[in-house]
Formats: sequence, C-alpha cells, structure tokens
Amino acid sequence: MRILLVEDDVTVRAFVLKGLREAGHVVDEADNGKDGLFLAVSESYDVLILDRMLPGGIDGVRILETLRVQNNATPVLLLSALADVDDRVAGLKAGGDDYVTKPFAFSELMARVEALGRRGRSEVVPQTRLTVADLEMDLLARTVKRGGEKIDLQPREFRLLEFLVRHAGQVVTRTMLLERVWDYHFDPQTNVIDVHVSRLRQKVDKPFDHALIHTIRNAGYILRAD
Amino acid sequence: MRVPQFLVKSFKPRWPVRSAGLNFALAYGSVFVLSAGLFLSFIWWNTTGQIERRVEVAVQVDAHDLAQRAQRGGMAGLVRAIQDRLDHNVEDDALYLLVGPTGRRYAGNLPGWPTAVSGTDHFYELAIQRDSFRTRAKMHAYILPGGCGLIVGRDIHGRELVRHVLMDTLIWAWIMVSLLAAGGALVMRGIFRQVVGSIARTTAAVARGDLSRRMPLTGNETDSISQTVNEMLERIDRLMDGVRQVSNAIAHDLRTPITRARARLEEASVTATSEQALRSAVDRAVVDLDHVTSIFEALLRIAQLEAGTRRAAFTDLEVPPLLEGLAELYEASAEEASLRLKLRVDAVRPVHGDRHLLQQALANLLDNAIKFAPSGTDVVMHAGMVGNDVFIAVMDAGPGMSPDDMARASERFFRAEAARHTPGSGLGLSLVQAVVALHNGRMVLQDRKPGLGVTLYIPSLGGELVREGSIV
Repeated sequence: MRILLVEDDVTVRAFVLKGLREAGHVVDEADNGKDGLFLAVSESYDVLILDRMLPGGIDGVRILETLRVQNNATPVLLLSALADVDDRVAGLKAGGDDYVTKPFAFSELMARVEALGRRGRSEVVPQTRLTVADLEMDLLARTVKRGGEKIDLQPREFRLLEFLVRHAGQVVTRTMLLERVWDYHFDPQTNVIDVHVSRLRQKVDKPFDHALIHTIRNAGYILRAD
Repeated sequence: MRVPQFLVKSFKPRWPVRSAGLNFALAYGSVFVLSAGLFLSFIWWNTTGQIERRVEVAVQVDAHDLAQRAQRGGMAGLVRAIQDRLDHNVEDDALYLLVGPTGRRYAGNLPGWPTAVSGTDHFYELAIQRDSFRTRAKMHAYILPGGCGLIVGRDIHGRELVRHVLMDTLIWAWIMVSLLAAGGALVMRGIFRQVVGSIARTTAAVARGDLSRRMPLTGNETDSISQTVNEMLERIDRLMDGVRQVSNAIAHDLRTPITRARARLEEASVTATSEQALRSAVDRAVVDLDHVTSIFEALLRIAQLEAGTRRAAFTDLEVPPLLEGLAELYEASAEEASLRLKLRVDAVRPVHGDRHLLQQALANLLDNAIKFAPSGTDVVMHAGMVGNDVFIAVMDAGPGMSPDDMARASERFFRAEAARHTPGSGLGLSLVQAVVALHNGRMVLQDRKPGLGVTLYIPSLGGELVREGSIV
C-alpha cells in the first residue's frame, strides 16, 4: 500500500515509518501540516495517517476537512494524544475513518491501517458470500459451513467470524473487535474478547484438522487459510 | 451627539462613603433623627394649636354669653356681668372692655380701646399694658346692638410661656434623640463590623491556608451566610484532600511501575547476555508502561467526569438493551471463570445518560465481580425501579468488603486488603462513582455476607414502564 504519514514527533515518525516499511508498504512522510496537505492533495495514497496536533497552523483535522471538501475519500487514520471521547467523535465527524490515541502499540496501528487499506478496495461491491479456504459464510441466510459441514453460531459469534473473515490475512486487535463487533469503546480489565474468540474457535476450528484462527502474540488475532 | 463615556461617569452623583458599616449606621441614624423630628414637630404643632383654639373658643363663648346678657339685662346687666366675671376670674387672664357709642368706657379691665383693633372679623394678638406690666393678649372685638363696642380677650402670657417651655423641651428631646441615634448608629456599625469581621477573619485564615477553620454559628440571620461559607469550605477541604490524596497516590502508583520498567531496562542493558533476555526485559517494561498509560487515562477520565462538563453525549436511554449487551459480552468470561452470570431486568423507565459511560461503569463492576467471585457461584446483575430511580445492582459472592473499606472504596487508588494482590489500579470504583455522580445518581455498596453488592441509582425519566421479562 502507499501510505502518507504526517507526524511532527521525530521518534514516533521514525518508529512508525520503519514498521510500515518493514511490512512492505511504501510510505511518504511529512513533519508539518503544510507539507502534509500538499502531498495528500497532489499524490494518490491508499491510507493517510495524520497526527491531530501539528505545528504550522494546519493540523490533522484541517488536512482531513480540506480533503473531504475536495471529495477525496482516501481512508484517514487520526493519531492523537487527546484520548477524550469527544475528541474522538470530533475527529470521526470531520471525516476520519479511524482514531488511535497515543501512546499506541505499533501492532494496533498496523492492524488498523491494514483494515483501512482493505476497506478502500473491497467495499465497492456489497458481498453476500465470504469464503476463506474451506470456510463459507452466507451473509443473507446467516449460515456458516466448513468443508460442507454446517456450523451453528450465535448471532454475535456470526458477527465476530464475519469480521475476522472480512479481514482475513490481517491482524485484528482486541480493541478493534470490541469496537467493531460489539460497539463498545472502553478498555475491559479482563480478557472478555479472548474468551469469545476461544468459544468461536471451539466451533470453527476444533472439529477440523487445521486451524483458521491464530493468536498473534502482543497484537491480536488473524484468520488465514494456510 | 454622543457624550464620552468618562464624562457620563463623572457627572453621576456618587455617594462618598464607601464603608458599608458606616452607610448602614448613617441610614439608621438619619431615619431615627428624621422620624423623631417629625414626631416631635407634630406634638408641638398639635399642642400649640389646641391652646390657640381653646383661647379662641373661650373668647367666642364668653362674648356670645355677654351679648345675650346685654339683650336680656341691657347695658347695666352687661356691665354687671363683666364686673362679675372679672371678680371671679381667679387666673386673672380675662380681658374685657365695654365702650359706648361715643367711646366712653363703661366696664372692663383694659385701659382703653387698643388702636390696633380696628375690625370685628378676626382675632388680634398684641402687646398690651396691664396695670404695671406689659403682657400679650389675644382679643376679639364685637359691635353690640345699640352701637356699643365690646372687646373680649385673654391674657396669653401664660400660654406663651407654656409654648416656649414646650418648644424648649421638644428641641432638647430632639437633641437627645439625635445623640441616641448617633450612639445607636455607632453600635449598629459595631455589630455590622463584628459580623462581617468574623466572616472576614475566618475566610482570611482559610485564604492563608488554614482549611480547618469554620464560621461560628450564632443563631442569627448571618447564619445562612456562615452556613454557605462553611459548606463551601467543606467542599474546598474535600477537594484539597482529594488532590492531596491523588498526588500521593500518583506518586506511589505511577512511580512504582515506572521504577520497575526503568530497573528492568537498566538491568537488562547492563547484564543481559543474550538477545532473548534483552527482548523479554523490554517486553515486560512495555507492559509496565502500558499499565502507566492506562492509569493516566483512567485518572484523566475521572477528573473530566468530576468536572461535570461531559454531558454532551447524554441521550434518553433504554436500560434493558444496554444490560443485555453487557451480559452477553461478559457471560463468556463468567463461564470461563466457572461462574454463572444472571441478568434480571424488571420493568424500568428510561434514563437520561451517556451510553458509553454507563457501559464502562457497569463493565468495571462486572470485571470486579468476575475477578473476586469464587468459582461455582453466581454473579447477578439486577435492574429495577426504586421510587423514581432506576437501580442497577451487580452482586457477587466474593470476599466482600469491610465497612471501613466500603467507606473508602470510591477513593482513587484505594484497594481493599483482599484485592491487594490481584492486578488492577484501584481506579475502577472511582470511575463508577464519577459516572454515577455525573448522572445525578449515587452508588451504594453493601456487604451481602458473603459477597459484595454494588447498586447504582440513576434518576429515571418520567414515562411508561418498559415491561421486560426476566432473562437468565
């Protein structure tokens, strides 16, 4: 993917840049709002990562608003030290697609960037069937089959699996699952998400000889075919 | 034309006395002196008026009587009557003069017809010569049928004297009253100063940092001020305590993980022999730092909630779906810990609140319950109505809390003895408390022997009860 990173802190920028490049992405960088806006307008990117607070009068939200006014729909992830829910809402209202607060784990940022990049490409045609290896999901009939065998899932389990399948091959974090599958925006003290994933595994993976859902240490989960 | 602002201001008459106490005293004094003056003037005017009228009435009655005598007894009768009256006039204040048409004096004690008395239509008041002394008299002249002239009068010297004495007395009384008023005003000012002074002394002491001082309650009207000030001080004291406690807690609870992370990194940097060892040290340091971050976030959130300004996201909420969602989320965790999570929702009214904050608060309670409940027991979430409040209770069969711990449970960083060795920051209940307070509700802890029950009471919106079946 082609990614633009606008971040003024040198250490954070170098850290994110290195991680994204190691993951095989092409990344442009800018350390102030003016350069960032110029690049965002003149070049074409798959995902923009914008820091909210930037020096030089143009902050991340201003860049975002300018782009949206010009009908530029490139997915935008806002980075911010403002953890307040109101700030998050303001960022999303301005046209942001996701919001990560500092300090963040790189795995969290990476997972969200990949999810955004994927969305930019795949949401053109609404899908009614999802398939990964021998797993099939019928979104209309709400049925799941693996190797031709029907699997009974609770509605929430279905949504969880659907989210994993839609992001097959990508790491999804626990926070992402809590936000997207349950629509909760808090940090649970206990391992609520792990327990739900483990239940899903019991139904989707346990009866079969190879597993689709894998745990990624310090990051989250991935559903992949290998 | 517009007049410059400063001119307008300078033309306004301004009362020169700034002291409230002095103004108070001045107002008191002037009202006192003015009312006393009015009162005394009225007495004076009324008394002297009475005297005047009595003289006039006496003269008129006398003259009328004499005129009748003249009619009945003729001139001789009249002369006799006058003489008679003069003889019987003990006070020696009656004045008479009867003259014939030619001016001849027939009777009376006046030496001659006073030149000033020229008409018969009103009373004359003039100085006269009586025997050997001069005096003042009030008299009226009458023309009798037959052309005779009659003067009836009264010596008003005595009355004048009374008037003067009365006038003097009243003026002295007024002076006394004024002095009393001035004294009273000074006393009033003193009382005023004392009242204000006691408030000022206490607040000054507080301003200097002595937060333990309180206004004395004296039982008078200033108590309402004193009480308000005391309540204000109480709140400031509590807030200061909170700040102190939080800064101590921050010093301890944030320093500890930071110190741990620092020690790990430093030790690894000096002693680690393999990349593996170095990596694991770094990973653990990251976990410590994440813990620091989460404490920070919780603290900030609590502070923000306590400031009471976060009501932007308030909407009318149905409680049952919110609880069902949470129960569904936590049911798996409960089962994992060999607990049964039971949800009971009675008919409840909607509440006005922030969905995410309430979810967070209840999630904290469920986290705690699942953390502390022994396996095989039930965790119950129960919602219903008490009066106008919606209550949501989360009950477990864990170790519970001692009454002392309950009183301190919502303090930031407080951790009960039983919780000392479990992971957590001691901010969970503080956050719940802050969320509930933001919703104008309250949190009640109770020891269920065994176990802890935490009940949140949130004012409901008036409206229809939502009938909701029990879900287990």
